[in-house]
Amino acid sequence: MSNAVSALQARVAPGEVTIREGGLRGMIILRGDLASKKLRNLCKTVTGVAVPAQGQADVTGDEGLCWMSPDELLVLVPYAEVGEALAAIDKALDGEHYLAENVSDARALIHVEGAFAREVMAKLAPVDLHPDSFNPGDFRRTRLAQAAAAFWMRDEDTFEVICFRSVAEYVFGLLAQSAKEGPVGYFAKT
Amino acid sequence: MLTLHCPCCGVDADETDLHAGGEAHLKRHGPGSSDEQFEEYLFMRENPKGVHFERWRHAYGCGKWFLAARCTSTLEVFGTYPAQTLEPPQDIKDAISAKRPGWVWREFS
Amino acid sequence: MSTRLAGQGKLINRTKALDFTFNGKQLRGYEGDTLASALLANDQMLVGRSFKYHRPRGVVASGAEEPNGLVNMGQGATFEPNQRITTTPLFAGLKATSQNHWPSLEFDVGAINKHLSRFLPAGFYYKMFMHPRPFWKHVYEPFIRQSAGLGKAPKDRDADTYEHFNIHVDVLVVGGGIAGLAAAVAAGERGARVLLLEQTAHLGGRAVVDGPEIDGKPADDWIKSAVEALENMPNVELRLRAMGAGVYDHGYALAYERLTDHAPEMDGPRHRLWRIRAKQIVTATGAIERPLSFAGNDIPGVLLAAAVRDYAVNFGVSIGDRTVVVTNNDDAYRTALTLKNAGLDVPAIIDARPDPEGPLIDDARGLGIRVEAGKGIAKVKGGKRVTGVAICAQAGEGAVLEEIACDCVAMSGGWSPVVHLWSHCGGKLMWDADQAMFRPDPERPPTGAQGEANVITAGTANGHLFTAEAVGDGWAAGRAAAKVAGHAKRGGQAPLGADAEEGPIAPVWLMPQGASQALRSKSWLDFQNDVKVSDVQLAAQEGFESVEHAKRYTTLGMATDQGKLSNINGLAILSKSLDADIPDVGTTTFRPPYTPISLGAIAGDARGPLFQPVRQTPMSEWHNDNGADNEPVGQWRRPYAYIRDGETVHDAVNREVKNTRENLGLLDASTLGKLIVKGPDAGKFLDMMYTNMMSTLPVGKCRYGLMCSENGFLIDDGVVVRMAEDTWLCHTTTGGAESIHAHMEDWLQCEWWDWKVYVANVTEQYAQIAVVGPNARKVLQKLGGMDVSAEALPFMQWADGKIGEFDARVFRISFSGELSYEIAVPAAQGRAFWDALMAAGEEFGIMPYGTECLHILRAEKGFIMIGDETDGTVIPQDLNLGWALSKKKEDYLGKRAHTRSHMADPNRWKLVGLETLDGSVLPDGAYAIADGTNENGQRNTQGRVTSTYYSANLGRGIAMGLVHNGPERMGDVISFNKVDGGTVETKIVDPVFYDKEGEKQNV
Repeated sequence: MSNAVSALQARVAPGEVTIREGGLRGMIILRGDLASKKLRNLCKTVTGVAVPAQGQADVTGDEGLCWMSPDELLVLVPYAEVGEALAAIDKALDGEHYLAENVSDARALIHVEGAFAREVMAKLAPVDLHPDSFNPGDFRRTRLAQAAAAFWMRDEDTFEVICFRSVAEYVFGLLAQSAKEGPVGYFAKT
Repeated sequence: MLTLHCPCCGVDADETDLHAGGEAHLKRHGPGSSDEQFEEYLFMRENPKGVHFERWRHAYGCGKWFLAARCTSTLEVFGTYPAQTLEPPQDIKDAISAKRPGWVWREFS
Repeated sequence: MSTRLAGQGKLINRTKALDFTFNGKQLRGYEGDTLASALLANDQMLVGRSFKYHRPRGVVASGAEEPNGLVNMGQGATFEPNQRITTTPLFAGLKATSQNHWPSLEFDVGAINKHLSRFLPAGFYYKMFMHPRPFWKHVYEPFIRQSAGLGKAPKDRDADTYEHFNIHVDVLVVGGGIAGLAAAVAAGERGARVLLLEQTAHLGGRAVVDGPEIDGKPADDWIKSAVEALENMPNVELRLRAMGAGVYDHGYALAYERLTDHAPEMDGPRHRLWRIRAKQIVTATGAIERPLSFAGNDIPGVLLAAAVRDYAVNFGVSIGDRTVVVTNNDDAYRTALTLKNAGLDVPAIIDARPDPEGPLIDDARGLGIRVEAGKGIAKVKGGKRVTGVAICAQAGEGAVLEEIACDCVAMSGGWSPVVHLWSHCGGKLMWDADQAMFRPDPERPPTGAQGEANVITAGTANGHLFTAEAVGDGWAAGRAAAKVAGHAKRGGQAPLGADAEEGPIAPVWLMPQGASQALRSKSWLDFQNDVKVSDVQLAAQEGFESVEHAKRYTTLGMATDQGKLSNINGLAILSKSLDADIPDVGTTTFRPPYTPISLGAIAGDARGPLFQPVRQTPMSEWHNDNGADNEPVGQWRRPYAYIRDGETVHDAVNREVKNTRENLGLLDASTLGKLIVKGPDAGKFLDMMYTNMMSTLPVGKCRYGLMCSENGFLIDDGVVVRMAEDTWLCHTTTGGAESIHAHMEDWLQCEWWDWKVYVANVTEQYAQIAVVGPNARKVLQKLGGMDVSAEALPFMQWADGKIGEFDARVFRISFSGELSYEIAVPAAQGRAFWDALMAAGEEFGIMPYGTECLHILRAEKGFIMIGDETDGTVIPQDLNLGWALSKKKEDYLGKRAHTRSHMADPNRWKLVGLETLDGSVLPDGAYAIADGTNENGQRNTQGRVTSTYYSANLGRGIAMGLVHNGPERMGDVISFNKVDGGTVETKIVDPVFYDKEGEKQNV
């Protein structure tokens, strides 16, 4: 595992809004009955947070849960702990109908940090990112320009973006370019 | 640029996040079906000016398919609903009747 | 001459002079000028040539409707043609050149066309260039190409950057005149999220020029307080230099913001395209003044009356010393009053109305201006500049009563509301006979997703030409829009405006009313495209009765201004010619954008490396560092071959082919799709997805599978792996990863939603590397770890374990016919694993190979490739894959379709191998010719090539193809067409060219 590298190896595009590849993160696709008590308890045990409501994410540090669809969660754990988490899931859900797959290496995680991070995102995503509509806790799967992506806000000035590993270069490039172009001055007013 | 409400994840999604999947409520005919049934299933499609039922997938979002009742002429959306149904739910039919009294689409009205 | 007046100009800053050049001439303007006002201040009236006759053209208007003032801007990487000077802000160092002339603006050879105008009537493109046929290629087309096009295409890459911005608002207000401001205030006060767009750099619109009273104060003061109020509302955003470009379905709208056009030294993007989703849209887009159609109305110095006023008031520019005003309405009197008050001479107001009355007329008379009622202009005198007008009775045929010397003519034919945005998405218009205008019909508005009216038009755009109506209408529209959008907080009162009373307009579509053919053929409708009254009349006479047909036949309204000035006048002439009412003739279709927007703004970030996503595997960097010649495979870039110094691509491919057969090859197969299918019903589900049986595959084994669509056609293939009792791993083609995943989800969600199956796409979780060739086992054994012997891991089995230090999943599968291991490791370790294999394989002659080698190796073995042997019309039976069609299963996708008569037809072309007699390589896609011809007189065919390569191993061309009765015709020789027109004799053979017994892969 010492030779494991993330897609962009923690690349950084510094600026007023900094784009930073987040390195390796443990990610597990968990598909199953999100109402099942077993599954809900298990998620809490593995990540420390409760299963989020539709369209929400609850992520602290490296750990958390994102609501992907009515029968899918994204389980976030430290990269080194994926094997352990998967084993715990398999054990807890033995006999249930579920699917848990490690997708840590299939994804890239990119942080967008800075004063006009909202605007950097709004340049690329067809989503209402107005503070009245999107805030920490909200989670959205959509596209950034031409690539599929998902994101949530860590805090008012920080977005965390997940995309496929193969398009990490493209998505990082888009975010860096959008940050470099500067603020729009739209969300700042509110 | 249509905006459709995804009933599976609650998002009002832009058309660019969606994938259109053709006509809804098709009945599959497999081995043992007559040539006429199979032709109907594979090829015969409605092309109405007005009320229509369509399949859409929230491809860039939650990945789920859903169905939409829509007017092809004005693009008015009467409602969207989950794909796991053989016919339009009553509330959707009522919503259409309120706007387009007397509508008929295949065997539904 | 046109010049700068002393002490006037509300929009210019006389303390800041800006130097610029036009056609190399050094000129000076002020901050706040447009390029048009700055040119006019320097007496540069002539700004271009018309498209067809190369007539001299001067500025006509002061805004977005300007048809003539189009110039080349900038140089090199900032060069841009067709920039409209009336909307181009002046900046220091601006460089503009005129276009559509040769050799110079002042002397133009193309102007000879005007003497040929008799031979260039309406529809001349269609009439002239039809016969004789051979002339098209050698005479007409080169001529048209030479003279077609406005301006020059840029040669250099654009140095500027552009971006998009997505927002959702409750109320989008387009237009920052008094109606738009009032709408934004009303909506903002009620709590709606509002975006107000103004295409110019200034708010207030025409009220700034005409100065009516609003709420008892001068317009300027009211505008200032409205803007202050808006700026203090956190829920309102106000954007200048931002044009509402288009309105689309469900409240989607585009705005075009020009950020640095007025100050190129500024950082950041040049243009921003706002992608707006608005619950409600208020179009307060104002109105455009119409020209009058009289002979010589295209001569430089003839301007719209309001434009003459704009230049005087806003920019302190007088168009001429002596201005004749010609009008059919009261508003143009304001121009006469403005000019007179500025100390300029207005020798006469020519009013087509027999008996004009009202305060504005009284004011003009009071200032001593001569008003000629019931008169018109017979013709304008002058060439490159107006020198005078001949006046006549409007009711007559143009007999000249008097000539008046002047150097400017200010014309007004009334006003047309800007209905473009209202109309873009289906809003309908109605004809207002009293005001002689089309205006939005509030009963037939554009509608949104709920069927609700989602565009409200306001102010002059709604046909309310007077301040009192316009400002109140804007306010009411803003309030109504906010309410529909769900905001009903209490707000302030509607503003009250006051104007001078005006008399009615008299529609005048031709001046004089009975103008002769000679006059009509000099009366311009479309200044840029040279369409005259006589052209539209001719079109009507020739049967082009639909306004859409007449437009295309005459090119009326097809210039870059899209008929903003010409359309209404043109269709009035058309309706008269057809003896129909104007509303019955109707308008042409209004399409976005309102005015041209830059291609850069449309592209946004999508340029250079960000043009489209390029997908990379964990090893892509290595490939690029080691000579990879990439080819696109979907959005992936895969190495076609790895080229070494001194090699051609062909050399490299041949080297890779031979080395993989003889020693050891390495292929990056990471792009192959990998789908996990899991659940109690997964076996049943896969039996429906694949034509062959997957539920019976034992855990630990692999099976090649075929997928058909419900139509029976092959859509994908790949190796299916049984991972566990309830879990399968399905490999798809590279292109199929996403589409087959979606295909599976479709069936699971929409047809068999009660089946317990989950699917996950884990394609990118793994770097997958094919280790191929006689030395494949040796290199893995050298790295150590799991047992990869033939006994421990036989052909078509898989195992988890370690290869060296890497966690690996090893599949004994082969797409080359060689001893082959496909090894999946976590993507994060893919590069390290690749490096380890390359190092360990050195002693075994390891070489990476690309997709072309992959193709050749599989073709030598007769393995089919989805997309080569299949094209969406091919079924498994065509490819002799009947063995993969389960007879035991009652159903699978495609099974019913395979029983359709055409599918079961024994005459379908079938897969065979092909060997040219001369050893050459067949052209890809070549057809085998058969005896006779079909009903179209074309040669009959009996087969086609699906894959064709040079095989370095066999030293000859090999191919696969689909041939009529092919498998029964082994050894027959048929002829294939070559690209050069000849044919090549080809023998039908078995498609397996190499190692027919399959011994090499199973060792």
